[in-house]
Amino acid sequence: MAGKWLETLQQTSSGRPVFLENEIECSLVSAVDLECDELSDFPSLKSGLLILTTHRLLWLPPDSSTSSTSSAVSLPLSSVSQIFSSKKSLKSMFHSPRVRFQASLNPGPRSVAITIVMRGKGDCDAFLGKFWENWRARAWEKESESTRSGRGGDSQSGSGSANVSGGLYTREGAVRMVGVSGILRKEQEMWESTDKSLQEAFLDLNALMSKAKEMVMLAEKMRQKLLTGSNSQTGTTNDEEMGSKEEMQDWLLSVGIISPVTKESAGALYHQQLSRQLADFVRIPLERAGGMMNLIDVYCLFNRARGTELISPEDLLRACSLWDKFDVPVMLRKFDSGVMVIQNKSHSDEEVFARIKALVTKPDALRTGISPSDAAMTLGIAPGMAKEHLLTAESKGLLCRDISPDGFRFYINLFADINTDDVYLIKDHSMYATWVRVASASS
Amino acid sequence: MQKLGDFKLPHFFNYPPYFTLQPVRDTRNKQVQLWKELILDYCRTQKIFVVGLEEDFPLFSNPVVERSLSHEAREAFLSALVSEGRAEWLDKGHRKCLILWHRIQEWADIILSFVKDNGLEDSVMTVEEIRSGTESRGTELHGIDRTILIRALRLLEQKGKLAIFKGTSTDDEGVKFSL
Repeated sequence: MAGKWLETLQQTSSGRPVFLENEIECSLVSAVDLECDELSDFPSLKSGLLILTTHRLLWLPPDSSTSSTSSAVSLPLSSVSQIFSSKKSLKSMFHSPRVRFQASLNPGPRSVAITIVMRGKGDCDAFLGKFWENWRARAWEKESESTRSGRGGDSQSGSGSANVSGGLYTREGAVRMVGVSGILRKEQEMWESTDKSLQEAFLDLNALMSKAKEMVMLAEKMRQKLLTGSNSQTGTTNDEEMGSKEEMQDWLLSVGIISPVTKESAGALYHQQLSRQLADFVRIPLERAGGMMNLIDVYCLFNRARGTELISPEDLLRACSLWDKFDVPVMLRKFDSGVMVIQNKSHSDEEVFARIKALVTKPDALRTGISPSDAAMTLGIAPGMAKEHLLTAESKGLLCRDISPDGFRFYINLFADINTDDVYLIKDHSMYATWVRVASASS
Repeated sequence: MQKLGDFKLPHFFNYPPYFTLQPVRDTRNKQVQLWKELILDYCRTQKIFVVGLEEDFPLFSNPVVERSLSHEAREAFLSALVSEGRAEWLDKGHRKCLILWHRIQEWADIILSFVKDNGLEDSVMTVEEIRSGTESRGTELHGIDRTILIRALRLLEQKGKLAIFKGTSTDDEGVKFSL
């Protein structure tokens, strides 16, 4: 629906844009229209979310409007030929703040003026500043340059003056150094600003740094391959291979989020965007954990993936609480005990109960009950989580508890099977009858 | 099947959760029901009238599965009997409980039939004679708890079936039947 003028932007299942390699979000503004008076068939882009990245301008349609026919679009900064500074006139006082720029759209050689109209509370001047900085920084050029010639050959920084040493890093705070790739860039920048004699001395280190970047790319590639592999393959893998695969995945999962949502870039939209990014992130760890994860575990994993720009527990909780409002495949759940977990919406308690029931009706378990750690081992989940499941099963009447000096154990609930009018009666084929048989055989 | 003296215990007496107070309402209700039945049954057959919470009551622990009821659980089950009128606390601290496997009214009826059976309609007996005399031997009244007996007699006195009077020579009370 983007028409012929703008590229369609891919989105993740939770509505986050899919970024290019090394693309970093710099500013988010809500309630933004994109207008172009010169083109009659320019798509109608009304009150969406505008994201400025190091590489592109992204426009996402508003969530609520199901009637909206417009889809997410993107415009590469490379196509922008000029950004007009906003005119301070009496007229602009009454208008919504707007930013105009000149860009050449696909297809056609014609360059047109596009207007960004901010109907929300966004800080127009700050956005304009960032827009200008990122446009001037030409991060996309640096990308193609470095992949062509390698980092070592970058002679741009030779003059030594700070504001030409690789446009991306001109002024402090202009672009956030975030994630693993952020660390790598920072290292690179520090190296570039050192003495030339040091450059030679540390030539090996430089080579290592560029290798590290390749390693990250390789790791990402392998992870993709592993994921597709584990989904499609069924028979041929042996255990050892599976084990090493799992180990690899563990390693690779912690490699990092390239463009973490930060308070600085997202501003008022911080929690909303964080929430979406989190939803994307937890999908894979959740699958591995059997559909449910403790909030604390998610907190650790998520922050490890972010590397820098850590989030607080409160931020995590707020991000999770916002899931109710979005169409994401995960949800926050609070157990009666107060323990909070993240689970797949498709995760069903019935399935877990069925497995618990199978476990607790084995002859040994009938006699001695099960502990949360027994359940944890069988279900392949953490003991704390297993206990929550057992308590939920108890509240549903499936289990009942036994507290003794030996500990806290759960038994299949036989109370319902016992007749209060005749306490000696054992109904045939009931669970109680099975239990009596097992219990008397052992004594 | 396990036995406690000559009392036949039900199978679920070896079911460990039976000895842990269940927190889930439906399960707890059933558990309380089963305990009430068992306590009344046991007391009736063993002629036990008073259960002390802090004393060793054979029913409250099961050495076979090494489980015993907590104080809280004992009080919960006996309280359930009290609320149904099948037991009464003997003290405010809930340390002793009078078990009424026959309600007071039922005991009064038993006394009446005992009097009729023995042709004692117009005679005089002491309370102690009713509990341990030759006439009551072999009946349910033999060995009855004194508190329960007095309560049943007072109920009959209210209905004009007898009169209770203080004895002159002994500290025992006398009963004059007048049916």
